[in-house]
Amino acid sequence: MTGETQRQLPDTDFAVVEAPTTLSVSVRINGKVVTRDVEARTLLVHFIREEAGLTGTHVGCDSSSCGVCTVLIDGDVPVKSCTMFAVMAHGRDVRTVESLAVGGKLHPIQQAFWDQHGLQCGYCTPGMMMTSLALLGRNPSPSEHEIREGLSGNLCRCTGYNNIVKAVQQAAEMMAPSAAPEVSHD
Amino acid sequence: MFPASFEYVRAHSSDEAFSLLQQHGDEGRVLAGGQSLIPAMRYRLARPGVLVDINPIKELDYLIEEGGFLRIGATTRDAALEFAPWIRERYSLITSVSGVVADPIVRHMGTVVGSVCHNDPAGDWTATALAARGVVVVRGRDGLREVPIDEFLVDSYTTAVKEGEMALELKIPIPDGRTQGSYQKIERKVGDYATCAAAVQLSLNPDGTIRQAGIAITAAGPIALRVVEAEAMLIGQLPTPALFQAAAAEAPKIATPNPDQRGSVAYKKDMARVLVGRGLKQALQRLEAGQGGGVSA
Repeated sequence: MTGETQRQLPDTDFAVVEAPTTLSVSVRINGKVVTRDVEARTLLVHFIREEAGLTGTHVGCDSSSCGVCTVLIDGDVPVKSCTMFAVMAHGRDVRTVESLAVGGKLHPIQQAFWDQHGLQCGYCTPGMMMTSLALLGRNPSPSEHEIREGLSGNLCRCTGYNNIVKAVQQAAEMMAPSAAPEVSHD
Repeated sequence: MFPASFEYVRAHSSDEAFSLLQQHGDEGRVLAGGQSLIPAMRYRLARPGVLVDINPIKELDYLIEEGGFLRIGATTRDAALEFAPWIRERYSLITSVSGVVADPIVRHMGTVVGSVCHNDPAGDWTATALAARGVVVVRGRDGLREVPIDEFLVDSYTTAVKEGEMALELKIPIPDGRTQGSYQKIERKVGDYATCAAAVQLSLNPDGTIRQAGIAITAAGPIALRVVEAEAMLIGQLPTPALFQAAAAEAPKIATPNPDQRGSVAYKKDMARVLVGRGLKQALQRLEAGQGGGVSA
């Protein structure tokens, strides 16, 4: 991204293409600080995918509608990472879908999506899971209506919503403080 | 899509933000939640030269009642209003809006003041501010000035904020014990812009007559529009279905919607009437239920 030389484009209205100014941006992604020189216009989703190499966060509609790029900022705030500049996340914590499984063991939300087949093609799944995580953090036992409301900014183009809702219900049960200690699947 | 290149500067206090905006003149643009601005930049509908990011300004993130007003700071998110229990208990109009602006994820970043400043013709908060008689506090070269929302909303995407200035907060009068509101919105799907929407707030006198009425429609003209004739018709009257019907019939008279994929002009005008009627009815139901200064939708 750096080191572009100025080029002359003769005989056009656009006389000079200036080398873009870059900024040093540091974002703590899943606990690890990633520092890169990027243009201010770099969207957070591209920083995550291309600079940090974490491709679990998807690009779907590319127009701020579908929510597949949802990540959590500063712990529990879900944001569409295609609608935030990477510089806005400078010095902040970002959590992506890659943070869910620990030591090869699925997070209860992942396990519940698996058990309930809360995915069809799976493209929207990372965003669905990150939004679910934020939702359950705020409301540990949501009603079906609250789940549907909570996930309404995430589109599933397979329209597999029923199983997604079931998965979130199961995840809520699994994550409840009273839930039995998880049995190892090994 | 990528936005065009821009320069990015971060402000840590409103003094700093103001001085940066002064310095950059008409190139400068405030970046708050960015939920309207960033998509507009990605579509290259907006190409600001310099973005002044006010997100680091902690002093502008507040939601407090003071001096008879609910004060909403420039970096206060929509979600803050949606999740504050005391707002849900006491501000029925705000509560019925706060859960239907865009979608739940967008509401975690989007700001109320940013939305009012964006002044989208289909904005939810602009119509709400009109119905609730909001006031915007603007920092200008000569210090602070308070601009009533009617004067603040100048034209599509244009407000009374001039070059180098910035809006610091939106003030909404605290509803008294006999004031209730309702927001009625139809949209094709969650997160879409309204096909049409109406914000309504009614206050009653002890004798049951209407003391004050605020009615505004959105996605029905170049900016959200106050239905002044309808408001005037209600003042001093006892609320009746016939009166509400007559008031609602004023909405299509001032509506100038654009025909688009969401509907024809005739359809949208009629929806303005229907939604104002529903809003009046729900506000009255809430008043009759004796729901204090406001109860959640």
